[in-house]
Amino acid sequence: MSYVVPKESYNGKVLSLDFGKGDKAAVIGGENTLPFLSFEGDIPNRPVVAYEIQDCPPDDWPETVRNMYKDVSGDPVTWAKHCRNNLNAKAVALRLVSTHPDRDNRSAEDAAKTIKDVLAAIDIPLIILGSNHIEKDAAVLVAAAEAASGYNCIIGKAQEGNYKTIVAAALAHNHKLIAMSELDINLAKQLNILITQMGFDKERLITDPMCSALGYGLEYTYSVMERIRLAGLLQNDATMQPPILGDVGMYVWKIKEVSAPESDVPEWGSIEERGIAWEAVTATSMLVAGTNLLIMRHPKSIEIVEKTIAELF
Amino acid sequence: MIIIGEKISVIAKKVREAMNSRDPLPIQELAMAQWKAGAHFIDVNTGPAEEKGEELMTWMVQSIQEKVHAPLCLDTTNPQALEAGLKAHNNQWGSPLINSTSNDPERFIMLELAAKYNAQIIALTVGKGGLPADAEERCALAAEIMARAAEFGVPLENIFLDPLILQVCTTQDQALHSLKAIKMFQELNDPPMKTVVGLSNISNGVPKNMRGLIDRVYLTLLMYEGLTAAIMNPLDKELMDAMKTTDVFMGKTLYAHSYLEM
Repeated sequence: MSYVVPKESYNGKVLSLDFGKGDKAAVIGGENTLPFLSFEGDIPNRPVVAYEIQDCPPDDWPETVRNMYKDVSGDPVTWAKHCRNNLNAKAVALRLVSTHPDRDNRSAEDAAKTIKDVLAAIDIPLIILGSNHIEKDAAVLVAAAEAASGYNCIIGKAQEGNYKTIVAAALAHNHKLIAMSELDINLAKQLNILITQMGFDKERLITDPMCSALGYGLEYTYSVMERIRLAGLLQNDATMQPPILGDVGMYVWKIKEVSAPESDVPEWGSIEERGIAWEAVTATSMLVAGTNLLIMRHPKSIEIVEKTIAELF
Repeated sequence: MIIIGEKISVIAKKVREAMNSRDPLPIQELAMAQWKAGAHFIDVNTGPAEEKGEELMTWMVQSIQEKVHAPLCLDTTNPQALEAGLKAHNNQWGSPLINSTSNDPERFIMLELAAKYNAQIIALTVGKGGLPADAEERCALAAEIMARAAEFGVPLENIFLDPLILQVCTTQDQALHSLKAIKMFQELNDPPMKTVVGLSNISNGVPKNMRGLIDRVYLTLLMYEGLTAAIMNPLDKELMDAMKTTDVFMGKTLYAHSYLEM
């Protein structure tokens, strides 16, 4: 008797979403099975990895990853072009860190200008991220959405405290939107409901259940992502079917394991390898949990993750 | 849970008048309202429909499906009318549901029609004699109907077993027997048999202001026992809210503060 692979069938389907424009536009989602189980269903689109850049020099990034961009990171346009031309990035995620009141507190107008400059310099899709300051993001992302009008960007992150203004801006300028909640699947669902009740199509949403680094709560993120997928696929819960974002880089590159010098912890081995491995392992875990879009920093870890995706597909 | 909207019934004056005058609007509106409220099937109860039954059922099916893109539950004791309804039914949105067969030989024709049109069918666990006394008797009747269905070529997954809900105000002990039957029916086959009830029977005869409460609480208990479908009023918001809340408790819906709005 020949072996028959047991197959699960699902009622629901992850929504697919495109961002960017022209032949460089990216598409994520659309699968009707769990991650990489292509023998069980259709997985029309591969997960996409976006290179994270920011609108001011990355002084707070550990040297290992900061050095990778030392010649380009003084200017977001140069940095974006470097990712596009030299690193073969499929997408770029521009984080408007300098707008944070505790950083440079730069204005929404400044941010808008940066975005226009970056968009004019690259032909790959752009993700525009605020500084994760509830009030400031509401102002900055509204200006950003307008500056990027017509570019079909992903903007974010809309959170419980500021989603109304950001949703309205994404709606007005035809962007895709990241809805973020803090590691709570019920609040993730609630935020998606509230956003769609404003008339924003669920087909334009991306869920960010909040990321975390290996060793720093990764299992919580993993479990929330997995449960979101199961609710969307098994229970056909339409509010839980948007693609999932894993904003990996910013959570990995702030922990001691990626920055403690070899002289302090010789038993941990090469600081460079450590950081790359940490980001790659965290990102790969997110992929297995159901992430459709990753934001990462180190070119080497991105290379490893892209290779993994290619091999699993 | 599968909701079968019960509002289009010959018993309702407005519906009866629209049926008699072949005025599609009130019927379409009622079908649309139930569909929008979450009904998966729309029950079409034309009663015995002895005169012009076939023509009436055909007209009902076509009028409703012209507006509402959902399968219908065809509810008549007249087999010719039922067959006309099955012929007219647009299966694009799912196969129709026949309401109903039982262990009464006069109702076996419904099984024949279910096989012929590949329809789903509700099987009332009653026979030619009196009403079933308890859950065990209901199961015995269910087993007989299942055997009969096999003879006619109706797959078991197309059958919804109905324990026959009786009114609590006169036959209080039957409420518990029916609940037990819902649980036992599922054990008659693997995969489990599907089950259905005519919910509002439970509150027949009780004062009107108490009917909603009685329906809600009983539905919750039935769902806990694994009920697959209910013929009920999807326009009763409190009933729908009780159902959604039970789905949350049963882990069938992911909780969010706005779950009642979904």
